[in-house]
Amino acid sequence: MEILSVLVVDDEPGIRSGVKRILAGHTVSFPFMDDDYAFECREAASGEEALQMLEEELPEILLLDNKLPGMDGMGVLEIIRQKKMDIMVAMITSYASMEIAAKATSDGAWDFIPKPFTPNELKSSIDLITKQYFLKKIRSTMKEEGKKIRYQFLSVLSHELKSPLNALEGYLQMMKDRELGEGLNDYDAVLERSLQRVEGMRSLIMDLLDFTKIRLDRKEEKIEHVNLRERAQLALSTIKPLAIQRNITIRSTGEEVFYDADPSDLDIMFNNLLSNAVKYNREGGEVEVSVSQRDQLIEILVKDTGIGMSEEEVSQLFKEFVRIKNTRTKGISGSGLGLSIVSKIAELYGGHIDVNSIPDTGSEFRVILPLS
Amino acid sequence: MDEKKKTILVADDDPDMIFLMKHHLVSWGYEVVAVDSREEAERYLKSGCPDLAILDLMMEEEDSGFILSYRIKKCRPEVPVIISTAVAAERGISFDINSPGSQSWIKADHYLEKGFQMEQLKLLIKKYLD
Repeated sequence: MEILSVLVVDDEPGIRSGVKRILAGHTVSFPFMDDDYAFECREAASGEEALQMLEEELPEILLLDNKLPGMDGMGVLEIIRQKKMDIMVAMITSYASMEIAAKATSDGAWDFIPKPFTPNELKSSIDLITKQYFLKKIRSTMKEEGKKIRYQFLSVLSHELKSPLNALEGYLQMMKDRELGEGLNDYDAVLERSLQRVEGMRSLIMDLLDFTKIRLDRKEEKIEHVNLRERAQLALSTIKPLAIQRNITIRSTGEEVFYDADPSDLDIMFNNLLSNAVKYNREGGEVEVSVSQRDQLIEILVKDTGIGMSEEEVSQLFKEFVRIKNTRTKGISGSGLGLSIVSKIAELYGGHIDVNSIPDTGSEFRVILPLS
Repeated sequence: MDEKKKTILVADDDPDMIFLMKHHLVSWGYEVVAVDSREEAERYLKSGCPDLAILDLMMEEEDSGFILSYRIKKCRPEVPVIISTAVAAERGISFDINSPGSQSWIKADHYLEKGFQMEQLKLLIKKYLD
């Protein structure tokens, strides 16, 4: 049971004690709330007294009569608004002053209770306010969570972008100081490493662009009737040079399948899956990509004969910037964004991605996309 | 003279940082034990003890450096620990190791933001080891 504190502001003691009595045994529960709410009342007889009490301790709910000696309810509401006090206000007004009720709600009051009111009218207004209070709380935690995730993303990103710069700076400084000798040949290894870091940084930036693209750039008109096998073949030819270097065979099998999607989304997906299948493969290994349709589902399957992963590694796989680090992945570069991009694209189309993997034997990545 | 060489533990998951640091530390006359993970560092610490440790903050975990530093300080409080990292202000954590607040939870002697000059590192190590 969560207790919300209510400040009742009315110059008539009868009303104050009436409200107090009505709310004393009242609880609010909605099926979507974890906890029931009960109420605890405090009283103020004037606007000035109310403001003083608000300064000391802010209740969750304020029941505010408009007609008060001295400062009226609208005056109090104005100050609450100016001071940005985080409180749910219900104005108590007479039926004759609907104008005030209208103004009050536009000035930030959540509800108004016309006077005279019955216990049930008061209760239903309190129920409404409690529901709003609950939603407001949920909204603010959701916002906080969102902020946290964005923040985390940016900080890891800046780490990933700064690391290659630090390495490059170190190497350049080394050359400047002739640390390894006077001849350019002495720096072959350093230059090779530097180029690799530049390449890594480039691929991170490219992935990052894909990432922002799938997050920000959603336009209906880009949807086309795409031949998936063609798209797979295209990605295959992009990755071929790397595969030849490592003596890896890539095959594309399966049927002609069409899917309505933004073709660049599919390219990003195929490119990421295929380049992983090659990168994390063994010398002389195999990669197979196939596209098929069963009932209302499209299946894209990418199989490799690579290093595979343990169950624990698989569970980490789709998180942003997570790269599986073990002795087998040492020396393989990547941004840590690829699979999180693939899974986000699949989700965008109402689908998902599954992995089957056996360490030292290989992995199967299966993207399922619903038709329609 | 070799027996007088001081040993420095370098833990960093960036092979280039390891290469660079190792190169400089060796040229300054130190013995270097280089590891690329917290796990490997802990394995080394079971049998060996460095005269100084330079730890990268983010390795397997976001705070591997802190964990390692804590482990080192727990059994060898006299070993100076320098934590180096490419993340600083962005993480929103104040790493001002000289503030009493941070001292209470970061069990390291110095915090160094990556992008530091090697001369800077040299002076720092001298300060702790000489």
